[in-house]
Amino acid sequence: MITPTHYMVLSAALFTIGVIGVLVRRNIIIIFMSIELMLNAVNINLIAFSAQLHHVVGQVFAVFVIAVAAAEAAVGLGIILSLYRNKETINIDEMNLMRW
Amino acid sequence: MKYIWLIPLLPGIGAAINGFVGIRSFSRKTAGAVACTMMAAALGLSLVAFWQLLALPGEERAYDVVVAQWIPSIPLMTQHGIGAFQVPWGFRLDPLSGMMLLVVTFIGTLIHVYSTAYIADEPRGGVARFFCYLNLFCFFMLTLVLGNNFLVMFVGWEGVGLCSYLLIGYWYEKKSASDAGKKAFITNRVGDWGFILGVFLIFYTFGTVDFRAIQNAAATMPVETTHFGVLSFICLLLFVGATGKSAQIPLYVWLPDAMEGPTPVSALIHAATMVTAGVYMVGRNAVLFSHAPQVMMIVATVGVLTAFMAATIGLVQYDIKRVLAYSTVSQLGYMFAAMGVGAFAAGAFHLMTHAFFKALLFLGSGSVIHGMGGEQDMRKMGGLKKYLPVTFVTMLIGTLAIAGIPPFSGFFSKDEILFRAFLSNKFVWVMAVASALMTAFYMFRLMAMTFWGTYRGPAWEAAGHGASHGAQAPASAAHAAHDPHAAHDDAAHGGGHGHGAWHGPHESPSAMTIPLQVLAVGALVAGLIGIPAALGGGNAIEHFLEPSFTAQAVASHEAEGAPAAEATAAGVHEAPAAGEHEAAPHVSRGLELGLMAFSVLIAALGIGLARKFYVTSPEISDNLAAQFAGAHRVLSNKYYVDELYGATAIGGTFAAGRGLWVVDRVVVDGAVNGTGWITVVTAWFSALTDRTVVDGLVNLVGGTVQESSHVFRRLQTGLVQNYALLMIFGVFGFVSIYLFVR
Repeated sequence: MITPTHYMVLSAALFTIGVIGVLVRRNIIIIFMSIELMLNAVNINLIAFSAQLHHVVGQVFAVFVIAVAAAEAAVGLGIILSLYRNKETINIDEMNLMRW
Repeated sequence: MKYIWLIPLLPGIGAAINGFVGIRSFSRKTAGAVACTMMAAALGLSLVAFWQLLALPGEERAYDVVVAQWIPSIPLMTQHGIGAFQVPWGFRLDPLSGMMLLVVTFIGTLIHVYSTAYIADEPRGGVARFFCYLNLFCFFMLTLVLGNNFLVMFVGWEGVGLCSYLLIGYWYEKKSASDAGKKAFITNRVGDWGFILGVFLIFYTFGTVDFRAIQNAAATMPVETTHFGVLSFICLLLFVGATGKSAQIPLYVWLPDAMEGPTPVSALIHAATMVTAGVYMVGRNAVLFSHAPQVMMIVATVGVLTAFMAATIGLVQYDIKRVLAYSTVSQLGYMFAAMGVGAFAAGAFHLMTHAFFKALLFLGSGSVIHGMGGEQDMRKMGGLKKYLPVTFVTMLIGTLAIAGIPPFSGFFSKDEILFRAFLSNKFVWVMAVASALMTAFYMFRLMAMTFWGTYRGPAWEAAGHGASHGAQAPASAAHAAHDPHAAHDDAAHGGGHGHGAWHGPHESPSAMTIPLQVLAVGALVAGLIGIPAALGGGNAIEHFLEPSFTAQAVASHEAEGAPAAEATAAGVHEAPAAGEHEAAPHVSRGLELGLMAFSVLIAALGIGLARKFYVTSPEISDNLAAQFAGAHRVLSNKYYVDELYGATAIGGTFAAGRGLWVVDRVVVDGAVNGTGWITVVTAWFSALTDRTVVDGLVNLVGGTVQESSHVFRRLQTGLVQNYALLMIFGVFGFVSIYLFVR
């Protein structure tokens, strides 16, 4: 029997993996994917509670999150492309334009 | 008589025409003609008005004409509460002003005629300017004479002072002339100060400035025999004004210097008319003065002292006009002495006769100066009798008149003054007799030095039409006609009348000799209207003038109804004022005749001495001058009064000016500079505070921010992952606090 606890553990695990991925990876594409991972961990959480509480709002929110994630992916990939064109690299350590 | 306001206006119009049009475009003849016509018209009107005045019965001889309101009613503080200060352009014709009117217009007209010849050599614009001033003078003088209140009189009073200044400084390019003009004007202002203060006090006391109203009011006030009351103060202040205008001690110094002006001006202004304004003004306010016996005493003393002092100075002067100037001062002193002893009519009578003979003498001296080509020093004249016969005869008449030889006019007026002085104050009488002696002496000295003896002047070229004179010329032909001595005095005038060289002394043109002859007739007969009772005469002038000196309100023809009650009221109190005068003439006839004979004797003595000193044995005067060198020097230097004034009044003014300058420099400038200095110092401190405290605080903030930013900017790594890590720590931290601390 899969209980909400299982969903939440899965969701938390995925989120944590996403956070760690954002923090520790150097490849900007990987970081981007880690962000997607965190978004989807949230989605799992939302769907799980929606099913548990028989309330549709969670699912609606999940749909919104997916939509926003799609838009974010478009903008994010655009930024990455433009960065790459300018700097010939996708290593995040070399992207420190806002440094003092 | 309704048109008496036209009398001053006519010369005023003449002045305006000559001033606005004439200076630019009139020829010499036109300018003279305009001025003379206006004066002649004024004379004609005056004669008509005077005739009408004479036609009235004696007690009603007064006529007031109000032309227009001048100053509308202004509330002003007076002694009796708020009074209405209102002044009309009012003119008044009464015996006194009528007499003055005739004197001014008659002598004025003659002098205008005389001037046409005297200043014929001036530049064209200068002639018009001269006649403009002369007419303007007559305008103001007639305003002064005819004004029926103090303010209208004051307009004239100031105006004649102005014209006197303008005319003395007529040759303004000459430094001495312009200086003399300034001296006259400034000295007059000292007197005017007293006069205007007197008018203020009059308004404060009586609430009006109308002569007749003041006299009526004053007549009701007690005579201030023992105390020095308000009337005395008024009279004293008015007398200060009179001393300035009429050249009395201590303000007489301007008159001798005024001789820098053209001679007709000296004759008109500084002998016949303007200088008598003070006497006239005292006579106008006879009622006031009779209520202030102490001031009358002062007036008499000042007058007689002036007469004496000026006569002594006149003894030793060599400038022909200066002798006459001191003589004028002396004669004015007589008039004031007469006023001071209460003989107002005698003073006014002397004023009139003096106007005739002194104008005559001045015009005669002008003729001499003209004939001598501008020479004024009597030491360079002599023996002119044969060159200037008409001038000689007329001046001799004038001299006899001033010396007081009967039946010339001066005898009657001067003798009347001496007689009245004898009755009231022996000191005044003694001084006046001494002055009379000296008057006769210096006038005949003048005649002797000028007309008798031998010619001592510069020689002239006996060429051309001058040959007829040249026959008797001294042989010192080395001197040219343009001798600098001959021309040094009247630079503009000297050196031969604009028609070539000076050809020796010669008689003046008829435009100058005819006025001389007319005035000579005047000087001869003017006294006859005042033959005293002792000689069988009626003393007509005294009875004629008497109403002007008393407070009896003559109901004027315009306002017969209203002042009638006032008139009767005043008439009751009139007794003390008039009574004093009435008492005097009742003295024994023998005494009067004796005094008369005595004064004639004195005059004859003066003439005899002058003849001895300057005709028969001229060395006596030099010996005397050497013997009494000290006294002679004092007299020659006019008692050093000019020097005294220079040291005291003028020096004092300068010293005060310098003192004030020092105060200005030290205190005022010091205060200003001190303020500036304090500002600078405080500004310096303020700047210091600004720099240290304010800037310090600002810099401290800035510096702190800058310094701390060195530390904190290290946070800005620009690495997104660092920020994200920090964010996660933050979220973790806050969530931990939320979970555990709650």
